[in-house]
Amino acid sequence: MTTEAGSEKAEEVKEKAEESAAQTDQSEKATEETQEVTKAESEVNEKEKEKEKEGKEGKGISRYLPTWLKKQKSQSQTSPTKEAPPAEEPDSKVTQEEEAPAPEVNGHAEEVEEKEEVKSEQVREKEESHSNASADTEPVKEEKVEESAEKSPEETKETTEGEGAEEEKKGQQPEGEAEGGEGGEGQTSIFQSPLRLVRKSKMKLVVCHVTLLDGTDFTCEVEKRAKGQYLFFKMCEHLNLLEKDYFGLTYIDTHEQKCWLDPTKEIKRQIRSNNWQFSFNVKFYPPDPSLLTEDITRYLLCLQLREDVASGRLPCSFVTHALLGSYTLQAEFGDYEPDQPRPLDNIGQLTFAPNQNKEMEEKILELHKSHRGMTPAQADAQFLENAKKLSMYGVDLHHAKDSEGVDIMLGVCANGLLVYKDRLRINRFAWPKILKISYKRNNFYIKIRPGETEQFESTVGFKLQNHRSAKRLWKVCVENHSFFRLNAPEPPNKARFLTLGSKFRYSGRTQAQTRLASSLIDRPAPKFERTSSKRISRSLDGAPMISITEAENGREPHLELHSDSKSPGPSEADLSQDHDKTQDEVLKHQANISQLKRSFMEAPPPSPPQPNQWEKRLTSSPATTIRIQQQQVVSVPETEAAAADNTVSDTKEPAKLNLHRLFSPNVALTTEVEIEETVVVQEVSRAAKPGLVTVTPIPPAEPTTEQETSKQEVKAEEKVVTVGKEEPKKQESVSSESESEEEAEYHPNVSVSISHTQIPEEKEEEEEQEDDKRGEQEVSAPDALSLPAEVSKPEEEANRVEEDAGAEKKTDAEEKEDERETEESTDDPMITPDEAPNGLTLPEEGETGMSAPAEEEEEPKVNGEASLVEVEQRPQVICCSEPPVVKTEMVTISDTFAAQKTEIATKEVPIVHTETKTITYEAAQLDGNDGEPGVLMTAQTITSESLCTTTTTHITKTLKGGLSETRIEKRIVITGDCDIDHDQALAQAIKEAKEQHPDMSVTRVVVHKETELAEEED
Amino acid sequence: MAGLMAGFGHYTHAVVRGIPASLAKEALRSSQAEVDLAQALREHEAYVEVLRTRLGLEVVELPADESLPDCVFVEDAAVVCGDTALITRPGAESRRRETEAMKDALKDLNLNIVEMTDENATLDGGDVLFTGREFFVGLSKRTNQRGAEILADAFKDYAVSTVPVMEGLHLKSFCSMGGPGLIIIGSSEPAQKALKIMQQMSDHRYDKLTVADDLAANCVYMNLPNKGHVLLHCTADQFPESVKVFEKLKDHMLIPVSNTEKVKVDGALTCCSVLINKKANL
Repeated sequence: MTTEAGSEKAEEVKEKAEESAAQTDQSEKATEETQEVTKAESEVNEKEKEKEKEGKEGKGISRYLPTWLKKQKSQSQTSPTKEAPPAEEPDSKVTQEEEAPAPEVNGHAEEVEEKEEVKSEQVREKEESHSNASADTEPVKEEKVEESAEKSPEETKETTEGEGAEEEKKGQQPEGEAEGGEGGEGQTSIFQSPLRLVRKSKMKLVVCHVTLLDGTDFTCEVEKRAKGQYLFFKMCEHLNLLEKDYFGLTYIDTHEQKCWLDPTKEIKRQIRSNNWQFSFNVKFYPPDPSLLTEDITRYLLCLQLREDVASGRLPCSFVTHALLGSYTLQAEFGDYEPDQPRPLDNIGQLTFAPNQNKEMEEKILELHKSHRGMTPAQADAQFLENAKKLSMYGVDLHHAKDSEGVDIMLGVCANGLLVYKDRLRINRFAWPKILKISYKRNNFYIKIRPGETEQFESTVGFKLQNHRSAKRLWKVCVENHSFFRLNAPEPPNKARFLTLGSKFRYSGRTQAQTRLASSLIDRPAPKFERTSSKRISRSLDGAPMISITEAENGREPHLELHSDSKSPGPSEADLSQDHDKTQDEVLKHQANISQLKRSFMEAPPPSPPQPNQWEKRLTSSPATTIRIQQQQVVSVPETEAAAADNTVSDTKEPAKLNLHRLFSPNVALTTEVEIEETVVVQEVSRAAKPGLVTVTPIPPAEPTTEQETSKQEVKAEEKVVTVGKEEPKKQESVSSESESEEEAEYHPNVSVSISHTQIPEEKEEEEEQEDDKRGEQEVSAPDALSLPAEVSKPEEEANRVEEDAGAEKKTDAEEKEDERETEESTDDPMITPDEAPNGLTLPEEGETGMSAPAEEEEEPKVNGEASLVEVEQRPQVICCSEPPVVKTEMVTISDTFAAQKTEIATKEVPIVHTETKTITYEAAQLDGNDGEPGVLMTAQTITSESLCTTTTTHITKTLKGGLSETRIEKRIVITGDCDIDHDQALAQAIKEAKEQHPDMSVTRVVVHKETELAEEED
Repeated sequence: MAGLMAGFGHYTHAVVRGIPASLAKEALRSSQAEVDLAQALREHEAYVEVLRTRLGLEVVELPADESLPDCVFVEDAAVVCGDTALITRPGAESRRRETEAMKDALKDLNLNIVEMTDENATLDGGDVLFTGREFFVGLSKRTNQRGAEILADAFKDYAVSTVPVMEGLHLKSFCSMGGPGLIIIGSSEPAQKALKIMQQMSDHRYDKLTVADDLAANCVYMNLPNKGHVLLHCTADQFPESVKVFEKLKDHMLIPVSNTEKVKVDGALTCCSVLINKKANL
């Protein structure tokens, strides 16, 4: 049984452990850093210090650890520990930093990195500490200790970058690995929940292979649970790269797709295979490379572009190929030397273009002569000046189909989203024009800001091959938008209590930030070697490998040929045709092939509908069902309206255990009326002393007519909830990992993001006290909310808890399964929220044909994320509430031609009025307590013709002063297209709750109702 | 160091072609006006003279071909950018053979020739607007998607965006470049719409110069050594309102060129020459 603090901390600790572990034997720097970062947490610091003092022994700390922990450790890491006396390598700090940490945990790399940067750029540091560091850094303590105790010795030993050390490790590894597969997991699960600190003990090292831009392979070891960040920072360090934000690591997923490794998530969970093979690549192509600070950065960018050009990903004309090639020669070989024994005769071995020929090579040589006197750095700069003008520079292409099923390509770049049909640009959506980016299953949508003359937004939808590609595209868009358009990354939407879809956000620095940071770089230009081995290999078929190494001045290049028997270098003879024609043909051919591929890929039956996670949950989870059966009453309830505003869709749901109802009376036509109601029922019981249940009606947050206001309220609530329950970190990882997420949205609107970013000060402080991380997460909360009651909640909520797993869910078979599907299809795709309920249809009903059994297996899964969810036993939270949605007319414009032909009729867009009401009834306040991650016990949905009811039960247990408190939060969301008798529903909910938990008291009831009235215009 | 996309408007050569007598009767046209052949010849001669004498271009003059009544409009037969020349496949069947002489002439100029052989493709040079940074290709009665694709393949460095041409013969029937980043555009609704699309499709910003008459928006822009910005535009007699607008271009050398006859067979100023920069790019 975890105490609140315990569990929370466990997480942190784990995190910290990772970092600290890494740092363990680092010099003072490390200490300083750590301290800086962890200021807030004195505990941590202390421990760190301790650890440091204790150095290798670390006994001091280790004694705090449970014995079993120690044992664990010794098991896995014993051998290394014994291995050698530490003190041997005093001067190889850097080396140590790089290598030593390997065994430790993720955080390490980061830390190191940070340190380095800190020196030169304080600003940057701060940023980091805010974003990453705050979250990651804190939790150091125990693990660190452990590590310091046990590891330092080994570390030191292994520190040597040399291979020797590595080999040693490898040698050891096998053992670990061997068990790792199964045993490792087993261990993991054992330790996971309460005491995550233990995690460290079972760390397994994994060898990662990273292909660098120059084609060389970099091998390093990382802890099996290391995050992407760790590896990435390690790479950057290896490369001596400071302006690293433009770069990233890619891996090939199980579907043969190239994916970006998310730095914030564990590598293992991303690659999902044992193939720890990565590539170091440019992720964001700087629109103006001349603004980069360091030559080394430009050099790496050049390498990427050379590869892009040679492989044909970055198409260019003959002349441009020749020009770029000539700069490459100049950069790598220096001036053209006529007298020389013409090393450049070998030019044919170099790959400059996909269909390089003799003519091109001659042209390259000819141009090379004209670059005499140019330094390698200048040549690189010229290379980039030309490359950046290419129309496909920095454009990341994705296959898709337009609304009519026509094959197109979507290109994501610094400026926005480009739509290509074959090689023609048929549309373009600049970032500022895009209000929202979302995906739902295999559909990808962008909502477009209305033009001067238009009144309503339009939404453009594209079909991707499958939901994975849709999600991948969505992510790339989110990242590119954030990087190029925002001043600071938008914090992930962690505040949402129950969320469907990805909370993924770009987590790195934006271009603005990285520019600022690099302007502060103050180090002598690092020396680096220019090599071109990769480019030389005929990349596509892995042919001849030639490595050319040259000194900075590039005077005396020597070529080494590792010829590959497979593909004899390009025979110049066969390439002598008219180059343009050839290219043409090749392109056509490629196009054909790709089309074949595509049709092939599309052929298979639409991937079986993802087993709905919701359904799984439903059956398996003991849930309390609140039935609300209503007659269809097509009367649109109350009130008035605020002008329909998109923002509505933004609204986040009130978190917690609310009864949340959504009605969407579909009255004729397009009109849509939605009512969202939230009822929060809190049941609190104190094991030791039954608490008083006072139901204090709090004046309903003034029923706001104004949408904005209501929204805020909602958000506030949300926030509260979060604090009380979910451990942010965890949530994040869970949600982000889930591959099964079927949808997500992102509002690229800068202004929106700004508003999101505003953190009510009061809250922030509050949060900070609790946890910095939280503060960050909460960012999405709007300005100071006007709901005092709500705000104060978090603390209270954090209390009590006793797990009541007993809550039984009763499924109401009565409810009819409804045509959610149908509705969905007709609905505006942007109404993402609808999906939740949909997915929830009760298996028992059988109509959906889902089999209940499946569900029993994994409760903890969230949104279908199951496999990804951390091994913790804690069930994750599900989100099911739907924000009020304003229906916008769906207009698909896949190309401008169509757009021009068809005037978009906007008349039919209904005007939607929304009303939001929140009513909170609250019992006496309970003493505040730390937020405690809650446990989602159940979630179930009952769907009938007119209503969809989703019940989510969240249980929080707290051990406080010997008292065990259990708090059960139920949230019921009712969505329907007819009116509902709220009072009855509420009464019933409360009644049921009481019946089910007679020993508990109801302390709080929040009813949140959102109504949207749509009026037909004509 | 001239690199990619440097020197928009720099030209050294021009290819033109004589007017066949058949133009008056047989040239394709969208109006019914009578063509005064003699006047047309005079105007054309004046036009060539401006290129050759006033602007100092090396003019390659191809002989007229009576069997090709529209052959004077050489622009449609080839698109030249840098040292690559795309020989088009004109949308009008009767004009297909115009490309032969053009191809030979461009070959003689040592350009890299790309031919449009796809039988499904059509493209008239008049639908191709090169801005210096990218291409816009009008999808019109004469130019189709496939033609545009081939153009995109021929000029891989540049973005090629398609623009629907709802009215008028060609994209350049109502617009043209007036300088680097300056688009001259007619004021008609279709013209303005097309401009909007172009602006939306582009990563670059363009200024626009709106003129009263769509036909007047077709001008020839050059940037020549010792002369700077040069703009051949319509005469005040023909389009007085539009000319007032051109006169606001203080940095340009403005050269009014009369074009009262060829316009009757849909010929505009840009139609009558293919401009080439032999020192292109490198």
